Amino acid sequence: MSTHARGRDPAAVPDLRLVKLRKEFVSQDDPHSKVVAVDDVDLELRKGQLVTLLGPSGCGKTTLLRMIAGFEEPTAGDVYFGERRMNQVAPNARDATMVFQSYAIFPHLNVYDNIAFGLRLKGMARADIRARVDRVVEQVGLVGMTQRPPSQLSGGQQQRVALARCLVMEPRMLLFDEPLSNLDAKLREQMRIEIRELQQRLGITSVYVTHDQVEAMSISDVVVVMDHGRVAQVGSPVEVYARPVDRFVADFIGKANFVEAKAIDAHAIEVDGARLAVPNGVPHPAGTSVTAVIRPEALSIERGSEIRAPLRGVVERASFLGQLAEIAVRAAGEALWLVDVPNAAEIGMPEVGERVGLTPSPRSLHVLPR
Amino acid sequence: MRRALREIRILARDPLLLFLVAAVFVLVGLFVVYPLAKVAIASLQTRGGVWTLEHYELLQTRRLYRNALVNSLSVAALVGVIGTALGFVLAFVLTRIDVPGKRALHLITLLPIISPPFVGAVSILFLFGFNGLVTKQLLGLQDFNIYGRWGVVASQIFTFAPLAYLSLRGVLQSISPVLEDAAYNVGASRWQTFWRVTFPLSLPGIFSAFLVVFIESISDFGNPLVLAGAAFPMLAPQAYLEITGSFNLPRGAMLAVVLLIPSLVAFAVQRYWVSKRQYVTVTGKPTASTSKIVSPFARWALYAVVLAFAALVLAFYAVIVVGAFTRVWGFDYAPTLQHLRYVFSVGLTAVLDTLTIAVVSTPLSGVLGMLVAYLVVRRQFPGKAALEFGSILSYAVPGTVVGIGYILAFNGPPLILTGTLAILVLAFVFRYVPVGIQNGIAVLKQVDPSIEEASQNLGADAVTTFRKVTLPLLAPAFFSGLVYAFVRAMTAISAAIFLVSANWNLMTVQILNQVGSGRLGVAAAFSIVTIVLVTIAIGLITLFVERWSKTTSTVRFG
Repeated sequence: MSTHARGRDPAAVPDLRLVKLRKEFVSQDDPHSKVVAVDDVDLELRKGQLVTLLGPSGCGKTTLLRMIAGFEEPTAGDVYFGERRMNQVAPNARDATMVFQSYAIFPHLNVYDNIAFGLRLKGMARADIRARVDRVVEQVGLVGMTQRPPSQLSGGQQQRVALARCLVMEPRMLLFDEPLSNLDAKLREQMRIEIRELQQRLGITSVYVTHDQVEAMSISDVVVVMDHGRVAQVGSPVEVYARPVDRFVADFIGKANFVEAKAIDAHAIEVDGARLAVPNGVPHPAGTSVTAVIRPEALSIERGSEIRAPLRGVVERASFLGQLAEIAVRAAGEALWLVDVPNAAEIGMPEVGERVGLTPSPRSLHVLPR
Repeated sequence: MRRALREIRILARDPLLLFLVAAVFVLVGLFVVYPLAKVAIASLQTRGGVWTLEHYELLQTRRLYRNALVNSLSVAALVGVIGTALGFVLAFVLTRIDVPGKRALHLITLLPIISPPFVGAVSILFLFGFNGLVTKQLLGLQDFNIYGRWGVVASQIFTFAPLAYLSLRGVLQSISPVLEDAAYNVGASRWQTFWRVTFPLSLPGIFSAFLVVFIESISDFGNPLVLAGAAFPMLAPQAYLEITGSFNLPRGAMLAVVLLIPSLVAFAVQRYWVSKRQYVTVTGKPTASTSKIVSPFARWALYAVVLAFAALVLAFYAVIVVGAFTRVWGFDYAPTLQHLRYVFSVGLTAVLDTLTIAVVSTPLSGVLGMLVAYLVVRRQFPGKAALEFGSILSYAVPGTVVGIGYILAFNGPPLILTGTLAILVLAFVFRYVPVGIQNGIAVLKQVDPSIEEASQNLGADAVTTFRKVTLPLLAPAFFSGLVYAFVRAMTAISAAIFLVSANWNLMTVQILNQVGSGRLGVAAAFSIVTIVLVTIAIGLITLFVERWSKTTSTVRFG
């Protein structure tokens, strides 16, 4: 279902296919009841795509990843790599290498031996191993560090070892379990870009688990938003951001104003007595109560004595953040609107207590059922 | 049932693993459970084979047995508490605090473990006996009596505190000092840091150590046999006397079963208690820091305890050495080599037999211990709890019971082993493997499971993962398991005394015979030969383990 929007070659078999995949655990509190960690998940991924499993902690994303890796056995449903059903295949025979959240560097082996570990198991010739390790070491930027024990590596370097150890296997699939969550922000951004570049260059189908929506959006071809074991939405980063299917997705991905509204007709809604055009359409009968999702950056602010904007309110909070200013406006209907002003330095910061007008950009208006 | 099938199906993906699980089940059943069952049955039957409780009724009617039970229990509890406390202080000072001479103190502290069972007792007799150096020669006491409760307690603390030390050392080493830094950092005082972080984290280990000492004490048979005396009966020697003295197998079996109950209770409590407390303090991120939680005063006070214990150990051994080269202790202190000559002439076959048995059983025990620890901590299979219980059970079982059990079980079909090398080796392997298992489990529980998953994920099957990743990570536990198995094989007496034969004899049995006939000099000479052999072997094992996991010294697993 993920790939419908992008158009699908009917001849191509998905590289990864999950069919009604389900995992139940016995509850820790009550041995007789079950906890559904992953609830009938369907997913298809084309060769070379990177999908992120995104959701709050406990949403089942890591369990799903571990079922793909073979560390957890599904309660029901199937995992296919290409046309091959993988349910009965042991984790060491899956050819899907994984970067662990804790990196899981072998503490008793130096960098070189860590990276060469999998190749040695294959019984590859010593010279070939050296060639492949050297190449990967260069790709991930560990040149000159191969003889170091893990205890002498920084977090970022351990991360690179973990990645190199996977890449050197030239696997059919790469799995990432929150790989960047132990790194500082700057390094996280840098590693994110490097991982994405390597993944695209090598064309390895990848599944990437994260709870960081910015990370998910920036790195993925497909984002799977998960909530309580279920898939809430599958789509490109733009789709899940601009057209969230429900309030959970809209709230989890980025910031959003949720506004009570009423459907007027197929292309307009009423908010605070003002009529707003919705070019994307209102899929609800006229008169029904709906929720409008308006992103802060989709609101433009109007200052001055003569305000023509459809919505009005009073500035309650104003913070200047550099590239933009965050303004909170108390509207007539008591709702608090968050507004991002990109050029605040140019047009001047609105002051607290000032009356302003707000105009939503029609194209970015998105309507959800109440 | 469905779950059991699923677990077997997962195991069966790795046929070797399935085979190993099955093999461990069969071995534990045959060499741990079956002999025990034989003992229990023997204690419940008359000589004619009729079912009866008459042997157990004697516990109520015969004061000797009742006293033996009370004495054994109180001594074990006392030795357990004091020995564990002492062991913890030793371990804490030697792993966490920066004091001079740690390496030497470590080795001295280990000396009692590698001694034959009578060293503590014989030293105490040399020093505090009727002809003792301190009591008679120095203080001129004529009627000082070391025999009884305090003699046994003293020599058992001397013998078993180092065991607690060894196991707590591993525990403390795997607690990251960074955790202490963290507590210190959020404003805890040194004292609070210790009581709220270090101590709770090591509690499972402390309890385990207490259990080791308690069970060692209650099943100990060498020290009580020499030092308890007739006025202070204890269970283990009493059971032995029933069988070898009065040839009353059912009564000996009954006493052995009675001995088993407190051990099993302690064992069960520990399993219930420890199972609720698991700590993963080690991740793939290595740490390096030293403890800062000890004030200068506490540091020197603790150090003084360690020095005092080391001094005591050295004194005991000095006495043994002198005794081995002295004509008749207490009367004629002229130096002589006659005792040593005796060991290498009359006693030589026992020396060679003992070495053979130890060399064969040590690696078997070491690898089996790590294998079982791995299966229990990391694998799911039906009957896992039973297997864990069964394989660890034997250290809750006094050697006397094992000895009687092996005689009963392997004296006739289907498996006749009496008088062979195999019966001694098997007895040692299964009797001494639990320490390795326990240590292995303790270490493994502190290793992030994803390290092994990473190995599997990179293409290693279960056995390769075990060999290349788990076993090196287990090196500290593997090492202590090997050392323990070897030392015990060299110094065991309680089970072995039932299993020796004309073909296969043991040095420890020789020592017992010499002590029994009052020839303390020869006993001391045998002890010294044992200690020298064991020291050499430990050196070799250390070399082997260090070479085999060459980087364990640079990488700390916490």
